[in-house]
Amino acid sequence: MKHYSAFAVAREALRYHTGWERAWRSPEPKKRYDAIIVGAGGHGLATAYYLGKNYGIQNVAVIEKGWLGGGNTGRNTTIIRSNYLQDPSAAIYEKARGLYEDLSQDLNYNIMFSPRGVIMLAQTQHEIRGYQRTAHANALQGVQTEWIGPERVKELVPIINLDGPRYPVLGGLWQERGGTARHDAVAWGYARACSAMGMDIIQQCEVTGVRQENGRVVGVDTTKGAIDCDKLGIVVAGHSGQLSEMAGFRLPLEAVALQALVSEPIKPCMDVVVMANTVHGYMSQSDKGEMVIGGGTDGFNNFTQRGSFHHIEETVRALVETFPMISRLKMLRQWGGIVDMTGDRSPILSKTPLQGCFINGGWGTGGFKAIPGSGWGMAQLMATGHSPLTEAFSLDRFKEGRFIDESVAAGVAH
Amino acid sequence: MLILNCPYCGVDAEESELAAGGEAHLKRYGPGSSDDEFHDYMFMRENPKGVHFERWRHANGCGKWFHAARCTQTLEVFGTYSAQTTEPPQEIKDAITAKRPGWSWREYK
Repeated sequence: MKHYSAFAVAREALRYHTGWERAWRSPEPKKRYDAIIVGAGGHGLATAYYLGKNYGIQNVAVIEKGWLGGGNTGRNTTIIRSNYLQDPSAAIYEKARGLYEDLSQDLNYNIMFSPRGVIMLAQTQHEIRGYQRTAHANALQGVQTEWIGPERVKELVPIINLDGPRYPVLGGLWQERGGTARHDAVAWGYARACSAMGMDIIQQCEVTGVRQENGRVVGVDTTKGAIDCDKLGIVVAGHSGQLSEMAGFRLPLEAVALQALVSEPIKPCMDVVVMANTVHGYMSQSDKGEMVIGGGTDGFNNFTQRGSFHHIEETVRALVETFPMISRLKMLRQWGGIVDMTGDRSPILSKTPLQGCFINGGWGTGGFKAIPGSGWGMAQLMATGHSPLTEAFSLDRFKEGRFIDESVAAGVAH
Repeated sequence: MLILNCPYCGVDAEESELAAGGEAHLKRYGPGSSDDEFHDYMFMRENPKGVHFERWRHANGCGKWFHAARCTQTLEVFGTYSAQTTEPPQEIKDAITAKRPGWSWREYK
């Protein structure tokens, strides 16, 4: 792997950019790997990366049905924050946020992490109490957040309308080191670093079966033939249920569509991320100037990667009241992704009934922010059989009643 | 936009008139049931990529609950039917079989 640097840019400028090499190889699959990760999205690639970096397991393949980063990694609204109420959530999301801080240096790939700050608006009395509680919990967890009043919100977001008739802004939960990153670059950066370690990223290769002997995983069948492995990690978001069925167990998940949209690019007008959970809308401005808007899920099972128009209408209607200036904006693109939701709205990072097979899924509507922490914990779980980061997110928590109830903590999809 | 025919009032209701109510035909478990039964009843939804039976409420209309058979992969609707039943009626099963030969879902083969 050639190192990216200012010097490399200058060198290539002098020779008409003929020296750049492909960021990752596209090899044919080998007969056998120590570990196979299914799913080359952010979580899958991060898992592979930390398996190699932290545990020296480098004979790894990452198998992807479509193209790298083409699922939810390329479809989210790129928000990074860790202001969660429950301790296990705060731990893994804060680990991820911390890793994002110097991920560009670590990967030698500019992921454009922008710790511009995230405000979660309180627009009801209930939310005020909820976020003040979260701010206190975060103080105990070592997550830097604070409760701010409406004047400070207006200072941070001049385009906001504080006294909307239906949804007045009463304050907010402010995380100064939250922000955004370039979502594609996160996948590309991890892929390049994995490839440099000798890992194989195999795209356009669908897993069609999970092979097992005596209750232990021994490999997978794919559209490019059978591949043997010692350990298998299933990291496929919306299709977790289909993969787990192949492996012979079921997961407490339902797949629904989550939508986002972006406006035409405009001049810089908002340099923080604003989330309005009462009305299911959140907005940030991308580096290109587009207003990036996300909403709520459709609420019914859906595998089509397209959502319902009226949900967009609801989101935009509420945001227009809070940000009157966006009423004149034209929307350029709208899309959907398939998210896998658990009963307690927290992810599953766990061993499974099939020995040697691990699952990382159920991130629902909030997976992007967790990518580095999720990969870190999942790699530890796969390599050593135990990780303090993932312990609370095990599959048996549903049977044992140890929910990590973030649906209550956040009040909405997060 | 998803359009479902309400089997009670007969209206072709648009999605914004309806509220989704999750998987239909769940078998409910009460006191005395085992941990596994409770676990599956509470959390283990079918979540199929394909034919799905689900509960809907004509919320901004007649207010009645009904059932729908729908494909989660194509958003195609096979039909709607009364909620006062423990399994899909034969004509719904036939309509699905006509479009998805060989489909199966739980015991509704």
